[in-house]
Amino acid sequence: MADSFSNVIELPPDPLFGLKARFNLDKRADKVDLGIGAYRDNNGKPWILPAVKLAEEKLINDPNNNHEYLSISGFEPFLNNAAKVLLGSDSNQLSKVISQQSLSGTGALHLAGVFIKQFYKGNHTIYLSKPTWANHKQIFEYIGFKVENYPYWNNETKSLDLDGFLNSIKSAPNNSVFLLHACAHNPTGLDPTKNQWDLILKELEKKQHLIIFDSAYQGFASGDLEKDAYPIRKAINEEIISSPIIICQSFAKNVGMYGERVGAIHIIPSTKENNEAFNKAVKTQLNRIIRSEISNPPAYGSKIVATILQDSKLYDQWRKDLVTMSSRIIKMRKTLRSKLEELKTPGTWNHITDQTGMFSFTGLTPEMVARLEKSHGIYLVSSGRASVAGLNDNNVDKVAKAIDEVVKYYSKSKL
Amino acid sequence: MYKSQLIKQTQKQYIQSTRFLSSTCQLLKWNEIPLAPPDKILGITEAYINDSNSKKINLGVGAYRDNQGKPIIFPSVKRAEEILLQKENEKEYTPIIGSKKFQNIVKNFIFNNSGKDANGEQLIKDNRIVTSQTISGTGSLRVIADFLNRFYSNKKILVPKPTWANHVAVFKDAGLDPEFYNYYETSINDLDFENLKKSLINAPNESVVLLHACCHNPTGMDLTSEQWDEVLQIIQDKKFFPLVDMAYQGFASGKPYEDIYLIRKLTKKANENEIPTFALCQSFAKNMGLYGERTGSISIITANSNDSKAVESQLKKLIRPIYSSPPIHGSKIVEIIFEEPGLKDQWLNDLNKVVGRLNTVRSKLYEKLDKSNYNWDHLLKQRGMFVYTGLTPEQVIRLRNEFSVYATEDGRFSISGINDNNVEYLANAINEVIKK
Ligand SMILES: Cc1ncc(COP(=O)(O)O)c(C=O)c1O
Ligand SMILES: Cc1ncc(COP(=O)(O)O)c(C=O)c1O
Repeated sequence: MADSFSNVIELPPDPLFGLKARFNLDKRADKVDLGIGAYRDNNGKPWILPAVKLAEEKLINDPNNNHEYLSISGFEPFLNNAAKVLLGSDSNQLSKVISQQSLSGTGALHLAGVFIKQFYKGNHTIYLSKPTWANHKQIFEYIGFKVENYPYWNNETKSLDLDGFLNSIKSAPNNSVFLLHACAHNPTGLDPTKNQWDLILKELEKKQHLIIFDSAYQGFASGDLEKDAYPIRKAINEEIISSPIIICQSFAKNVGMYGERVGAIHIIPSTKENNEAFNKAVKTQLNRIIRSEISNPPAYGSKIVATILQDSKLYDQWRKDLVTMSSRIIKMRKTLRSKLEELKTPGTWNHITDQTGMFSFTGLTPEMVARLEKSHGIYLVSSGRASVAGLNDNNVDKVAKAIDEVVKYYSKSKL
Repeated sequence: MYKSQLIKQTQKQYIQSTRFLSSTCQLLKWNEIPLAPPDKILGITEAYINDSNSKKINLGVGAYRDNQGKPIIFPSVKRAEEILLQKENEKEYTPIIGSKKFQNIVKNFIFNNSGKDANGEQLIKDNRIVTSQTISGTGSLRVIADFLNRFYSNKKILVPKPTWANHVAVFKDAGLDPEFYNYYETSINDLDFENLKKSLINAPNESVVLLHACCHNPTGMDLTSEQWDEVLQIIQDKKFFPLVDMAYQGFASGKPYEDIYLIRKLTKKANENEIPTFALCQSFAKNMGLYGERTGSISIITANSNDSKAVESQLKKLIRPIYSSPPIHGSKIVEIIFEEPGLKDQWLNDLNKVVGRLNTVRSKLYEKLDKSNYNWDHLLKQRGMFVYTGLTPEQVIRLRNEFSVYATEDGRFSISGINDNNVEYLANAINEVIKK
């Protein structure tokens, strides 16, 4: 007994955690953190959205507010409105959606996996983009899925490998599971164009694959909720897809709810059929899973988001906040690109402005990234993924010059 | 017909109807999806809401209600929220296992209580306690169950009969193998200590054993200090792994520190390496009224600091693919309550008042019950949010149908549904159904 856990081996820390630790220890005053996965304002500070502050004041002053348990499904006004954010409030598909509040996007993906594993008859192989958010693989492997990749990023052209993507869809066994980033692909920042989405959805429908949309950045990418929901609304509202669709929705980035853990899973068994008894059974099974994992979801964040979505003034403020965040990021992309072009840094840099969302896949090699950290105090993950949110008017010049220096230093680079 | 039978029947109909309707093509892609059984308590709440009798009473919910029957926010929590609203300037992710600050607060509060528990203090110093914020008590139970399933030698987990309904579901879902040990004897409305010991002794060595730290749910009957000593000796001899569930800390005595004598006995045994490892699931749901904010923790006591490092790294690996990091609102409230001068004392005071009301109502009910041919003394021995009446399912159903008094069929009443305005009515109703 003295050794009941002596068989437990210690794991190395998460690479992002290590990056943060090194950044914190760095004494250089002008160090820059491009590893963070959260929005920063132009002063490099975290930002609570004005819409959120207003909603919090409203909630805390509401005499009926309390901390009671939510129902297992979550906060109903949150769930209904969250589905509307995805599909549009005029969508005629809303009645087909089965929703369950989750622990943000991660919790929604986990639930999707558990549910599919228990009830889906199709192929329990999940296809993830190459590359993808690091946690995707762990989430589905943990549940016992076989994980495969589909080609996505072409490193030569720094653009979408559409043919590779479509071929994977075609060659996967029918009724497999495909995970799609709805917008602001993490880590590349590269999204398919509308035409490319149309082709992708058409092939997915032909093969009757089950689609999981990971929607972690709606509105954060372009500032426009509708634009960022293009593939979701195309697939569902226009009934391009008849096979089952699951949407994993996070309000971490677009409402800045990060640590509050606000999200939902929405299941649309089919855009072509609506079977109430079936939907009800699905809902009770989602409830059962939640009950044995967490009993019921956390209340506060979902009430804040619901308050914003239900109050037209706050909703307008939120749309403005989305524009504030996305336009600052877009501006930083433009500035960085034009500075690199001015400096005549070897290679092309249009991909920086072609990409959207929090991240840019710079194309910098691991050795360049290492040199950025060592010689310049600029921290990003070794894949070359930079958080554009970490850039601001005060440091973008320094970052451009540093990138220029490391790229020129490794002149053998393919950039 | 009993309600449970009714539920079974409707379930069957649903299964048949889904089977019938799912002959369309897309729905054929799914295995048969049966309607999962509804949560019992929710069913009761629903029936209660739909009842038009103005005298109706809901004794189902396990959340505190004041003397007007209303939910409350603890004044200390309200104050902490005001402070938070003013000073909060970020909503960043915490680390996977929560903020260091929160972890330390919990560790010190439970295992050391500001220097009052030398053994706990030693364990903290020796780095033998790994603490992680979790999704309240349930999430804590789930995480440790998943962890034990991965790393512990034995899947058998012994749980008291009866226990909180969700325990078995949580453990089974995590891949453990729950089995009951004797705890309570309904015919005498009392703990059955002899059989409790016997069933533990007869269980396989190295089993996990679930212990309610205090205010056993649903019976409200706890072991005495001497009884715990005997049980811990069995645990030691049988090399069991103790898993302590502490969802009601403070509800027995009104004072959180007085309710943790089981923990103090365990920290002593851990220091003496008699029971070198154990785990504690802790929740702020009830004792801070943070129910829906899902605030709690898991602490794993290891044999040495090397094991602690390994355990912590594996905990992170386990949690990351399930939900990445815990929700911050409740944990920030806890941090403020423990840090802001005066607030912790106010919280202890708030909690004491809550427990005081429950105890007052408990004795008022006892007073008004007809004891002429029914022994109600067990009511006074029970502690916590519930009274375990010992009423039969038939009697509970009569209370529901004839008096609009809603409770679960095991005869468990949530005391907080009782107040000065309805205690008389309730006592009369009970007196009526126990009449021969
Ligand atoms: C692609 C993607 N999906 C999902 C998530 C989930 O995040 P959260 O669990 O914080 O909502 C993230 C967060 O970084 C992400 O980048
Ligand atoms: C015995 C017991 N354990 C754990 C819990 C978990 O509660 P929560 O997840 O709300 O903290 C409860 C709640 O009713 C309980 O009664």
